[in-house]
Amino acid sequence: MSSFKIFDIAGSGLSAQSVRLNTVASNLANADSVSGDPSTVYKARHPVFESVKASVASQAMGSLGGVDASAVRVRGIVESTAAPTERYEPGNPLANADGNVYSPNVNVIEEMTDMISASRAYQDNVEVMNTSKELMLATLKLGS
Amino acid sequence: MPLSLDSYLGVKADALKVQSKRMEVLAKNLANVDTPNYKAQDIDFKTALAQAGSPGASLPMTTTAAGHIGANNSPSNDVDTSGALKYRVPLAPSLDGNTVDAQLEQAAFADNTVRYQATLTFLTGSLKDLMTAITGS
Repeated sequence: MSSFKIFDIAGSGLSAQSVRLNTVASNLANADSVSGDPSTVYKARHPVFESVKASVASQAMGSLGGVDASAVRVRGIVESTAAPTERYEPGNPLANADGNVYSPNVNVIEEMTDMISASRAYQDNVEVMNTSKELMLATLKLGS
Repeated sequence: MPLSLDSYLGVKADALKVQSKRMEVLAKNLANVDTPNYKAQDIDFKTALAQAGSPGASLPMTTTAAGHIGANNSPSNDVDTSGALKYRVPLAPSLDGNTVDAQLEQAAFADNTVRYQATLTFLTGSLKDLMTAITGS
């Protein structure tokens, strides 16, 4: 039954959004991880999404029904190329010879909005799954 | 009088299939809400229903002997909605080329759910009528 594809699609959405939540958590946790060397300092990470065929099974069926069920997946995780912030902190044990430390290019406000967006998208997918489950159960009980 | 269950259920069975297909398309849109360059799609219900109900939309059954009964109207398991699948015209296009409007998709999904449930109710009514006719009570 084609309705089962909805679970694949919404499930892929859940997985992709949770990867996004994970990167947000990682970025926020490392927002203050300073380093004496600008090349080793933590860089903000962001996932890149792309849409793919829901499953090999649906691919084998080709354009059955005329709908290509495309799910979403994380293509990869990219690191931000923005320059780290330089701070003069001679008292910091991690400071370099000039007394400077470098803090990550994590924009906390950007991360928080990203987190809310990911959370809402996750909730959307859960709702889609719940609703289609209810409808499938109602269809099973058809005629009674 | 011969009674075909397919013709008895009429458009309701086709409507259920198209609505289930539409649910899939909307789920796809919601899953890809943050995918760059993803274009939101939707099914034109009227066109899809006309396509699903038209003769030739399903495969005929082959008869190889004189005694075989041909089943020309046997419906296929899946409904062909290729002609009715359209791209949505974005209200506010975003810079990453994504045309999914989450609120719009949620509304369409809720709308489709109610319609699906209504079709189920109608189908249940038809089946109950049939049961009354069979059992006579």
